[in-house]
Amino acid sequence: MERTYEAVEQILRKYNYRRENLVKILLEVQKLHRYLSKDVIHYVAVALQLPPAKVYGVATFYAQFSLKPKGEYTILICDGTACHMEGSMSLIKAIEEEIGIKPGEVTKDLKFSLDCVGCLGACALAPAMVINDEVYGNLTPEKVKEILRSLRGDGDAQKSN
Amino acid sequence: MLRNLTEAYEFIEKQKEIRNAKLRNLSVYICVGTGCSAKGAQKVYRKFQEVLEREKLSVNVFKMDDAHEGIVRKTGCCGRCSSGPLVVVQPYGYFYAHVGVDDVEKIVERTLKRGEIVEELLLIDFETNERVKSLEDTQLYKRQNFYIMEDIGKSECDSIEDYMGRGGYSSLLKVLSSMKPEEVIETIKASGLRGRGGGGFPTGLKWEATRKSKSDVKFVVCNGDEGDPGAFMNRTLLERDPHLVLEGMIIAAYAVGAQKGYAYVRAEYPIAIQMLQKAIEDARRLGLLGENILGTGFSFDLEIKEGAGAFVCGEETALLASIEGKRGMPRPRPPYPAQAGLWGYPTLINNVETYANVPRIIRDGVEKYRKLGTPGSPGTKMFSVTGPVKMTGIVEVQFGTTLRQIIFDICGGLLNNEKIKAVQIGGPSGACLSVEHLDMPLDYDTLKSVDAMVGSGGIVVISEKTCMVEVARFFLDFTKRESCGKCVPCREGTAQAYRILEKFVNAKASEEDLKNLEFLAKLIKTASLCGLGKTAPNPILSTLRWFRSEYEAHLRGICPSGSCTAFKKYVIDEKLCKGCGLCARSCPNGAISGERGKPYVIDPEKCVKCGLCVEKCRFKAIKVA
Ligand SMILES: Cc1cc2nc3c(=O)[nH]c(=O)nc-3n(C[C@H](O)[C@H](O)[C@H](O)COP(=O)(O)O)c2cc1C
Ligand code: SF4
Ligand code: SF4
Ligand code: SF4
Ligand code: FES
Ligand code: FES
Repeated sequence: MERTYEAVEQILRKYNYRRENLVKILLEVQKLHRYLSKDVIHYVAVALQLPPAKVYGVATFYAQFSLKPKGEYTILICDGTACHMEGSMSLIKAIEEEIGIKPGEVTKDLKFSLDCVGCLGACALAPAMVINDEVYGNLTPEKVKEILRSLRGDGDAQKSN
Repeated sequence: MLRNLTEAYEFIEKQKEIRNAKLRNLSVYICVGTGCSAKGAQKVYRKFQEVLEREKLSVNVFKMDDAHEGIVRKTGCCGRCSSGPLVVVQPYGYFYAHVGVDDVEKIVERTLKRGEIVEELLLIDFETNERVKSLEDTQLYKRQNFYIMEDIGKSECDSIEDYMGRGGYSSLLKVLSSMKPEEVIETIKASGLRGRGGGGFPTGLKWEATRKSKSDVKFVVCNGDEGDPGAFMNRTLLERDPHLVLEGMIIAAYAVGAQKGYAYVRAEYPIAIQMLQKAIEDARRLGLLGENILGTGFSFDLEIKEGAGAFVCGEETALLASIEGKRGMPRPRPPYPAQAGLWGYPTLINNVETYANVPRIIRDGVEKYRKLGTPGSPGTKMFSVTGPVKMTGIVEVQFGTTLRQIIFDICGGLLNNEKIKAVQIGGPSGACLSVEHLDMPLDYDTLKSVDAMVGSGGIVVISEKTCMVEVARFFLDFTKRESCGKCVPCREGTAQAYRILEKFVNAKASEEDLKNLEFLAKLIKTASLCGLGKTAPNPILSTLRWFRSEYEAHLRGICPSGSCTAFKKYVIDEKLCKGCGLCARSCPNGAISGERGKPYVIDPEKCVKCGLCVEKCRFKAIKVA
């Protein structure tokens, strides 16, 4: 789907403009835009007849929402109990070495963004991470670097096509 | 669409026959739970479909045409996630582990066409070190009590027909056809079922309170937030048997008199959401959900609400606020949700696993159910076991099983001959127990007696290599971030306690800090509004209680496990150092000096403990003490 307001409108319609669906709506809008811009928040607020401050309140409360643009590939490193003990910190270091960003940051070309999450529920494969919808488990710093390299390669290949 | 009870009974009987026939035929079951999916199970699934599709062209030769129809089935988590992707071939029961895309042809050629075992793909039992033919042959399997996880490797997670073929929805039919709501509640009360969401509150009493609240509108809510890092049994259950949870919820709705329900599942669990969504649609299709269910006049429908990643939303009042589309902030109780929940209406809220127990209790009857577990905590409990053990994944055991049995007999003990130091149980609000507690029976009351709790059931095994002060710091970091900020003791207290713990791991703490930490922990516990704040100090209190000597050692400049960087000292062994000078060149802080050809030295004042020099030295002369 495109990053248009028409698409946002479709999502709103799907949920019948019901205020109780705010979280769901924001989740879907974010999937589309990769973050929640000021404009989009205002748009949703008007549609649901809510004060924008209230929508902001919800958007800032939940860890899943981001008010800053995210990368094409959103990397979520799990720093839950199991992953922390199995070395999630070294993965974060490896990512920084490879693409130069820390948790909460985005690469300049908007290709990658990095965040930490509580637990992905894949603890048996700790340390784990998710990139977009793909779960990766039993990671080592080397494996992470390899994955990032192949994603960067893939992306370029797509562009030249 | 099943129009009445008779049709439904007949449908179930028919599904049983179909399923039995299926199990006698060749079938491949592939685990597509999160663990196995992360290791490529979906690719293996597609490959099987592809190969079987292609082979169908040559079926005349192998006469496998009948079996081809829907031969590949998706099954739910088998609890051996660390060995995934897992593939089970029925009717033989062959249990293949670590199956890659490349192994598919092999399995098709040898097992499907000729019925042979592919020896090299069989699971290795950790006890005998031998390959075992089927899951049922492993100690891992024999020592568990699969009850809500019945039918491992023989069930399809995305098929309502398969669920009914296993006798699913019979309990709902029994309830609708022959039990009054009060009788259902009495049965649950008599079963002694306690909430699996952490507190262990008697489920029957909660149902009764909701039933007794006078209102035309009532709700039933399923708490599938599972924000505990290290816990994934709710996710597993929703992925492997969504109908079991659904059936429990429908029965609950009938018992308390609710018309509408919500299942709150966190957005981080996409597969669970997808499975549950399909289950809801299938149940609606067959008329088990919606208006006038099976012509009995009882109506109930269900919607999924996605959580968006806030631990505090697992707390029931916060969760309800979140369903209403608000910030998920807890509020004081009473009124309890049973009196005033969603939009002020009476609301029953239970955990995923709690609901999953309900159809079993109705099916087996109270007496049989109570044979499992202990008198005070009947039934079984799923635990997720992580940490340096040989088998990480989900186990299901009856209450009263000990930690030692779970960690050593079922999960195979620790990897690489490491020694166990502690067990963290119950998530961030839980406690760290020591080896002394390994033989304690796990049940709600015994755990409470040592200030621990079952929590949602996360068990994290901690080896001697881990520093307990750092463990406490890690949990406080979590609760500090997750505190909703509404009340001061929780918001400021956890931040303050965190700062003190940071001082400990950075070798900057004093006696004074130890005293303050203990004082703060007790204060936060008593003065916070909701369960998050009230339990946030548990990791501190329990580590202070069982591992106090580690805190004291940190005051004396030692980290007993040797894992806190601040306590590490990098030294060059004079005897091994050749004086090549490479380390001095790579040290980012200019901490190493010397004269070529003679042993170099590290200035501890300048060293920032990055460890670079250790990697560089080709003569292994640099040691960490
Ligand atoms: C901070 C906090 C987090 C919680 N998280 C969960 C959770 O993730 N899942 C859950 O079922 N219960 C959770 N609970 C407990 C719920 O408030 C509630 O007691 C439970 O859902 C009731 O269901 P049960 O009676 O079936 O256990 C949490 C409680 C607190 C205080
Ligand atoms: S105890 Fe913590 S999480 Fe609970 S209401 Fe108070 S600030 Fe919020
Ligand atoms: S690299 Fe090793 S051998 Fe060379 S000077 Fe440093 S410690 Fe000595
Ligand atoms: S650990 Fe790092 S800072 Fe310390 S001496 Fe070695 S290279 Fe230098
Ligand atoms: S702790 Fe990382 S997936 Fe659960
Ligand atoms: S996800 Fe396959 S065994 Fe757990």
